[in-house]
Order: sequence, then C-alpha cells, then structure tokens
Amino acid sequence: MGKKSIETFVGIFVLLGMAGVVFLALKAANLGSFSGADTYTLTAYFDNIGALKVRAPVRSAGVTVGRVAAIKLDPKLYQGVVELAIQRDVQFPTDSSLRILTSGLLGDQYVGVEPGASDKMWAAGDSVKQTQSAVVLESLISQFLFSKAADAGGAPAPAPAASGGKK
Amino acid sequence: MTGLIDGLGRRTLELLRILGHHATFFVDLLRACPAALRRPYLVVAQIHAIGNLSLVIIVASGMAVGFVLALQMYYALVTYGASESLGLIVNLSLTRELGPVVTALLFAGRAGTSLTAEIGLMKAGEQLAAMDMMAVDPKSRVLAPRFLAGIVSMPILAVLFSSVGILGAYVVAVLLIGVDAGNFWSIMQSGVDVRRDIGNGIVKSIVFGFICTFVALYQGYEAKATPEGVAHGTTRTVVIASLGVLMMDFVLTALMFSTP
Repeated sequence: MGKKSIETFVGIFVLLGMAGVVFLALKAANLGSFSGADTYTLTAYFDNIGALKVRAPVRSAGVTVGRVAAIKLDPKLYQGVVELAIQRDVQFPTDSSLRILTSGLLGDQYVGVEPGASDKMWAAGDSVKQTQSAVVLESLISQFLFSKAADAGGAPAPAPAASGGKK
Repeated sequence: MTGLIDGLGRRTLELLRILGHHATFFVDLLRACPAALRRPYLVVAQIHAIGNLSLVIIVASGMAVGFVLALQMYYALVTYGASESLGLIVNLSLTRELGPVVTALLFAGRAGTSLTAEIGLMKAGEQLAAMDMMAVDPKSRVLAPRFLAGIVSMPILAVLFSSVGILGAYVVAVLLIGVDAGNFWSIMQSGVDVRRDIGNGIVKSIVFGFICTFVALYQGYEAKATPEGVAHGTTRTVVIASLGVLMMDFVLTALMFSTP
C-alpha cells in the first residue's frame, strides 16, 4: 500500500472520529439546543424551589422556552433565587406568574410560566416576585394528616372504642 | 522466620526494581516523542496499523453492545412504563463507561498484542540492536511513533464505539420495538451533558489508550528474545493492560462523577 493511500485512510479515520464527536454532542446531548446568545435573563424569587435543578426547562403551555441558568439562596430574604434564560423571541407580560411544577408523578421539576394580560413585557434582568413554590410532598402529607386529625378531634369522642368494638 | 523476612525484602526490592524500570522506560519514551513528531509519517503509518485496522472489530462490537443494551433495558424499563428513557440509559452507560472501557479491552487485545509481538520479534531478530549500531535510536524510530499513534487512535475508536452503540440502540428500540423516536432522542438530549458525560468519557479513553499502548510497548521491549519470551510478553500485555484499565476506570469514575 502506497504512502499516499495510507495517509488517505488515516484521514478518513480521523474524520470518522470527528463525525462521532459531532454526533454525540449535537444529536445525543444537548449542545446547540439553547446557546447563550439568543436568550435573556430573568431573576425569580421562590419561597421553596423543591428539587429544581440547573438546566431544568422553563415551559409555557407545555412548550420549552428556556432553561434554568443558576440557582442560589438570597441571604437576606432566605428565598431561592432562580435565574432563568429565556429565548429572546418569547416575551411574557409583566403580570405573568411563575410556578414550579413536576412533569408526571415522579418526573423532573420545571418552571411553568402562566402568562398575564398586561401590555408591558418583561425585559432582560427583571426580577419576578409573583411566584408559587414547589409542592413538597412531605408538607402536603402532613397537612392532610393534620386536617384528618382535626376532623377526628372535632367529632364527638369515642373513635378508638368504636373501632375496637367492630373487631 | 528469617526466610520469611528475606522473602518479604526480596519481593519489595523486586517490586521497586520493576517500578523504577517502568519509570525510566516511560521517561525515555517521552523524550523520544519530539523526534517522532518531526517525522509525522511514521506516526500516521502507525495510526493506520493501530486505528484503521481496529475499526471493524470496534464498530461491530459497538453495534452489538448497543443492540443488546437496548433490548435488556427495554425488558427492564417496560415494567415501569419508562421505556422512553431507554435512549438516555443506553447513552449514559455507553459514553461514560462501556465506550471507553470495552474499547480499551478490545484495543489491548487487537492492537496491544500486535505491538508487543512485533517489537518482541524485532528484538528477537536483533533488529533493534542493529538500529542501535547504526546510531538510530530504536526508541524514537520504533517505539515513540507507536506510542503516539495509540494515544491518538484510542479516543477516536471509543467515540465511534459509543456513537455506533447509540445508533444500534436506536435501531432496536425505535425501528424494531417501536419506542417513540422523538421521546427517545429528546429524553436523551435533556439528560446528557456534553462536558460532564461525553467530555469525561473522552478523557477516560485517552488515559486508557495511554495505559494500553505503554504496557504493550514495555512488554514487547523487555520481552526475552525467544519465542517463549514473546509469547509471555503478549499474554502479559493483555492481562496487565486490562486490569490496569479496569482499576483506573474505578479511580477516574470516582473522581469525575462523585458529585451528582
């Protein structure tokens, strides 16, 4: 085999490798789906962000319009500060509200946008206060138990005796 | 009692001798690399011998691993109604672990053994000694191009293994079983990070390429100049390189993926 053809084959080999990297990066991973250039940033304050993670999607009416860029704690308000990178061609009225929702019963959490009716639109760098925290399952269950207990306590007494009697 | 202590001492000294030998060989090899880079055609020819000719076995294995992984994961996931996550699981297991590790094991078997046998036979035929006589440094003429070629070839092969495996999983999951294609790709894309998963996989494969090629060259260069010596060297290449890769994989995984 000549020198030239070996060089050609090695060139093809390296090109195949590059094609593999491009395939993995673009088709099999999330590079290029949202580049930083065409987004604007909003800052949202939540009482409790639940299990929200960086890079979680921001959805409006179920359509992904951005990503969570950063999460930190406000040391004065003790609120979770979530930075959202939203696609530049999507605008929301200033009286829209943000909620942290869960996709499916056990799925990942995401930020949902409920659009308002105002004529003014959010601009880059705005901070959003109309937010609703994530639903924490434990507090939901404990609320449920407390309300049950309150109902049982309110009813005239002999609950344990009655259940014992049925057996 | 004294025999025991003697034995311990002898073994420790032997271990140190072997370690030192590896280290000096490694330093010599590194020092020979610039000279090899000045004649890039030598490296290119070795990439052809090590990389191009390993392509078929790597692609075939990647395809087979992708098929089987997709089938097994489908059987397990369908009980939980999560068969759409199949692409994500296949992708993560391939890019993080199976791609680099299986490629390295195949690479040690396919390319490592041929390197060891070639260099061992060169030594047995006194070609290396003849080069030395002609003031040609066999380390920079023979060893360094192979070393560089191994380090270049291995990540390319591992990336191809992962890509072909994912395509194989796509064929089984989407075309044969009927998992939704859009979900297959989009769940994969939302769960895989370029730097964390794919980048770390490539770093792993570079390290493994380094281990495999170094072990193969060392075993060939230090093989006894007899048929048995070359045979033992080839066997040791596969054993040492595979164990080294597996142990290093654990260390690298612990370092790279410790934070969720």
